[in-house]
Amino acid sequence: MSKHSHREIDPVTGHETTGHDWNGIKELNTPLPKIVIWALILTFVYSVIAWILLPAWPIGRDYTRGLLGLDQSDIALEDYRALATKRQDWLQPFENVDFSALQADDVWQNNALPAAQRLFEDNCAVCHGMQGRGIQGFPVLSDETWLWSGTPEEIAQTIRYGINTDSADTRYAEMPSFNWMERPDRVALAEYVVLLGDGSVKPNAAAATLFSENCAACHGEAGIGGLENGAPALNDSSVIYGQDFSTVMQTLWSGRQGVMPAWTDRLTQAEINLLAFYVSRLGADEKQVAQ
Amino acid sequence: MLKLHYNLERVSMGLVAAIIIAASVGGIVEIAPLFTIDETVEVPDDLRPHTPLELAGREIFIREGCYACHSQMVRSLADEIDRYGPYSQAGESAYDHPMLWGSKRTGPDLARIGGKYSDEWHVRHLIDPRSVVPASIMPAYPWLLKSLDTDLLTDSLATLSELGVPYSDEMITSAASDALAQSRPDSNETDGFRARYEERPAIRAFDGDPARLTEMDALVAYLQALGTLTVVSETVVVEVDE
Repeated sequence: MSKHSHREIDPVTGHETTGHDWNGIKELNTPLPKIVIWALILTFVYSVIAWILLPAWPIGRDYTRGLLGLDQSDIALEDYRALATKRQDWLQPFENVDFSALQADDVWQNNALPAAQRLFEDNCAVCHGMQGRGIQGFPVLSDETWLWSGTPEEIAQTIRYGINTDSADTRYAEMPSFNWMERPDRVALAEYVVLLGDGSVKPNAAAATLFSENCAACHGEAGIGGLENGAPALNDSSVIYGQDFSTVMQTLWSGRQGVMPAWTDRLTQAEINLLAFYVSRLGADEKQVAQ
Repeated sequence: MLKLHYNLERVSMGLVAAIIIAASVGGIVEIAPLFTIDETVEVPDDLRPHTPLELAGREIFIREGCYACHSQMVRSLADEIDRYGPYSQAGESAYDHPMLWGSKRTGPDLARIGGKYSDEWHVRHLIDPRSVVPASIMPAYPWLLKSLDTDLLTDSLATLSELGVPYSDEMITSAASDALAQSRPDSNETDGFRARYEERPAIRAFDGDPARLTEMDALVAYLQALGTLTVVSETVVVEVDE
């Protein structure tokens, strides 16, 4: 074992050795590269500066706030306010909107519709599809068929309060269960409704009577709908759950109470109006594409 | 300093002591703030604990590893507030043991998902995500339609109450029947459920079938409750809107 004072320089590399000697083999004591030492020193210096400037040390119930007084949640809210203010330029007119004026105004359409599309994809598309084409059980928004008319005002109302929600102003669309009905009657009714769908219904005294006694109050005489009570027309193949025999049988057995959530707390008034305007145009746009 | 290190290397017990001191700094910095957590984290006055059904759903959420892809924390960044709503506050998860904030998102954050979509959508999406969102890469969970095992709910509530979650003895003993009641709007037990948990938790057949209590009932009830246990977080948004 050598003394610490004993220094021996390796002639090949020019570095010091550890001074140990194992059967003639010596170990180099290569110093840390300068760059590593400087990097270490810099990080220490930075951390001291950061402790002084930024929130750092917990002290009991409080913490050192730092000279800059930064708070991440304040920054986030500030940034969000800036974002919202920037949007106000083109979003403002939607707060209390005259939809018919917008219909003609290309500027608003060009500025606001791209944003509306993003809102739609973020909030609506998971049920109604990216292009609003719907899926079984979730309505198509890009056609001409509406339960409560397709004007932006009515759509905004639906977005605001939803369908079958807890909201006081909610729309209701509640198909009751007809499981109390005798099975033969249900079968006859279902067959009748299927035929209503493709317009090939034949006069069938028994089923027609069943229909007008049980269904016509909501779906209209001969299922023409249009009563704006949440019950669809049954003669235009627009029923969102489908109108094949087994689906109709299931609908009769268990009823349907589909829910559209209310968006009042999640979206601002202006955003809801913007979306309503966007959705009301989906059908028109679809038509244009088709032509 | 390097000289000190060089000398320390030659005294083994000295080196051990120095390692222990250096490592404990990291530990103390993380542990010390927890000593005052009761004073520093404000529990909102209106924070309600999960109902037994939601708690069962939470256990399923953990069992299926949902947290591996879905965080439950809206971070305090402008873009997050814009997309998800008010950023999450510590008090919101005061009754969560363990918390499920998460740090990795393959899917979206779920902290404010409650009420955003309908029960029916959740059920279909869990059974087959591609049936509603064609581009989804989420796995399907069709086995959630099996019956819910409520045997351990009483023990779960008892354990959580030991940890400071305000479950009364009555809530603990009737946990299993409360879970059933919350998914069965027409049952006789709903009165007892309402008496214990008041008006806020929803009573619905979450999976669409009131006749059966399934794991789907529990998970959907839990998802629909996320972000609705306290309304205190809404103050952030109100401030912003004004």
